[in-house]
Amino acid sequence: MTRTFLAISLVASVFLTFACVDKSGTATVGPAGDTIKVGVYGDLTGQTSSFGQSTKNGIELAVEEINAAGGVNGKKIQLIIEDDQGRPEQAKTVVSKLINQDKVQAVLGEVASTNSLAAAPVAQEAKIPMITPSSTNPKVTEVGDYISRVCFIDPFQGSVMAKFAANTLKAKTAAILGDVNSDYSKGLTQFFEEEFTKLGGRVLAKEAYTQTDPDFKGQLTKIRNLKPDVIYVPGYYGQVGIISKQARELDMNMPLLGGDGWDSPELWKLGGESLENNYISNHYSAQNPAPEIQSFVKAYKAKFNVEPDSLAALAYDAAKVLADAIKRAGGAADSAKLKDAINSTKNFPGVTGTITLDANRNAVKPAVVLALDSAAGAFTFKETIYPEGMAPPTTSSNTMSNTMNSNSNMNSMAGSNTNAESTANTNTTR
Amino acid sequence: MDTFVQQLINGLTIGSIYALIALGYTMVYGILRLINFAHGDIYMVGAYAGFILATSLGFAAEPSAFGFVVTLVGAMAIAAAMGMAIERFAYRPVRKFSKMTTLITAIGMSLLIEYLFVFIFSGTPRSFPQLLPNDNITLFGNATISTSQILIFVVSVLLMVLLQWIIYKTKIGKAMRAVSFNITSAKLMGINTNFVIAFTFALGSALAAAGGVLTAQYNPKIEPLMGIITGLKAFVAAVLGGIGNIPGAVLGGLLIGAAETLVVGYGNYVGIPSTYRDAVAFAILILVLLIRPAGLLGSNVQEKV
Repeated sequence: MTRTFLAISLVASVFLTFACVDKSGTATVGPAGDTIKVGVYGDLTGQTSSFGQSTKNGIELAVEEINAAGGVNGKKIQLIIEDDQGRPEQAKTVVSKLINQDKVQAVLGEVASTNSLAAAPVAQEAKIPMITPSSTNPKVTEVGDYISRVCFIDPFQGSVMAKFAANTLKAKTAAILGDVNSDYSKGLTQFFEEEFTKLGGRVLAKEAYTQTDPDFKGQLTKIRNLKPDVIYVPGYYGQVGIISKQARELDMNMPLLGGDGWDSPELWKLGGESLENNYISNHYSAQNPAPEIQSFVKAYKAKFNVEPDSLAALAYDAAKVLADAIKRAGGAADSAKLKDAINSTKNFPGVTGTITLDANRNAVKPAVVLALDSAAGAFTFKETIYPEGMAPPTTSSNTMSNTMNSNSNMNSMAGSNTNAESTANTNTTR
Repeated sequence: MDTFVQQLINGLTIGSIYALIALGYTMVYGILRLINFAHGDIYMVGAYAGFILATSLGFAAEPSAFGFVVTLVGAMAIAAAMGMAIERFAYRPVRKFSKMTTLITAIGMSLLIEYLFVFIFSGTPRSFPQLLPNDNITLFGNATISTSQILIFVVSVLLMVLLQWIIYKTKIGKAMRAVSFNITSAKLMGINTNFVIAFTFALGSALAAAGGVLTAQYNPKIEPLMGIITGLKAFVAAVLGGIGNIPGAVLGGLLIGAAETLVVGYGNYVGIPSTYRDAVAFAILILVLLIRPAGLLGSNVQEKV
């Protein structure tokens, strides 16, 4: 008798756990009724959950502002948020659910290119517009004309770091340590190498790791023998913090260079002091004194009690671009019209710069290079690099001025470690 | 030469962790003929227990040997309690049935622990605080060793010596060996087999938790699914050394760790990409099972039918 009871309760508790996880992953925001349904999917509980959380926060803030101002064409936007746990197959499943079951009229997400690539064909097939805020691999929008993005793409991001390494750091040789399972990492590796070689540099080695590797010293020891001037590590924050720490443990003190995948409050806790002397390319800097950026930073901090990273800023922009397109299309009912409106976005004033989608539905925007300041636990602005054919604006408030003092606003950034803790707390109680 | 030594140090570091976890697999198998699939998750539970202790008791702010020892012992105690609870409530009730039942229960237990932790702590990787000051020591040439690596070696060796002492020099150790030899006879001789089994689970779980805390000093990222791959490789290590054989588990762990790192370091000379490190562990397993089915140090015992 007791045995049966134990067995039943064990089985029941397993199901209960799964049921709870599922419930916590799905959150419906906003009132039902005459609304425009927008689906959001992202990694809320997986390996890169800081990305998903920031994206969700950014979108929620934007939608709150839009709805407070009366919505779009008199209709409120209703968000349906799904957790894909950072797994590509799960991303595909939840987007199918959003489109077929919840009947959303547009989809926002993901951050990681691999997950966006898994879900994009579903949206394209169903002819539901999907805007990815921050997937930078070029292949994502190549899936079809219903897929667009509000960020720059990897050929540009990779070349930015190559330029910075060759021109500013005067590096002659580099090694690359990439994530073998990430389309994002593979794209950046390729484009960094191309540009760096073009600028006269030499890539001495290309090493790879997987996200579940117990340590990275094997790869790092191999790179150490080659004595490169810089190491390019186009990975995600969960690994790069440890890579930096273990590189310094092996007496490798050359700068490590990265991309927007490093941007997370968790990075500082994982990497600590070892992060000093490293640089990343990113979409925006929260230190930019431009009024529209500072008002976004202020609103975000007031709502979520944490400094917005670039993923939050891009998510905010993606939601605003979508709302703007719905307005121009006269509603979201006609998905072909909505898609055309999104794809013809021009000079949209976003937090991460002026957004214009090109013929391939990619945003053409400058990138910023940020230095890592481990003592303050913050990124400090280094320089802005513009895409070819785009002249630096003389007095634009949307792009950061090159002459900006990189040390201004340092005090406001110093608290990001404690802020990060509060994000972690919200995660547990959610 | 110094590069090779460096890679060997790196490999033996993770190998020691595999060895600590493999001991738990092998002891439980030795006594119950059960592969405790939830054991890898106990390693994760140990890391989380240490994380909670270190942050709530304030050891995170100031690195100290005292803080480290309290965290380590505390995490081992919590994991031991959890190991005993799992044995009492999940395995003991189904022990009378076929071995397959217990095995499936173990798989269910593993999933339950993993997703319970995802539910409670979310999947966000947490960063484990540095409990002891970390430094580098240059051995010769380019070969360096960090204090966290030395810590892993020293603590693992101490724990393994302690385990050896418990098994061969104490009364409970004698009882464990008796139960492992023949559980029915042991029961007839008046040994409280339930207690011995519970003790074995506690011992194995404590070692896995020590592995969790030590790994977290070296690679401070902890997350609820960290025990899957590590646990699997430790299991491979246990089988490689000869499951049920304690020195075999240690040898297997060190071999798997070293092989993995050498694949990263030198694999491309023989055409194996560095990201095949996990595949290598399993390839070794298959080879060993083909050539020596009982494992490297395993004795070939005839199965009684």
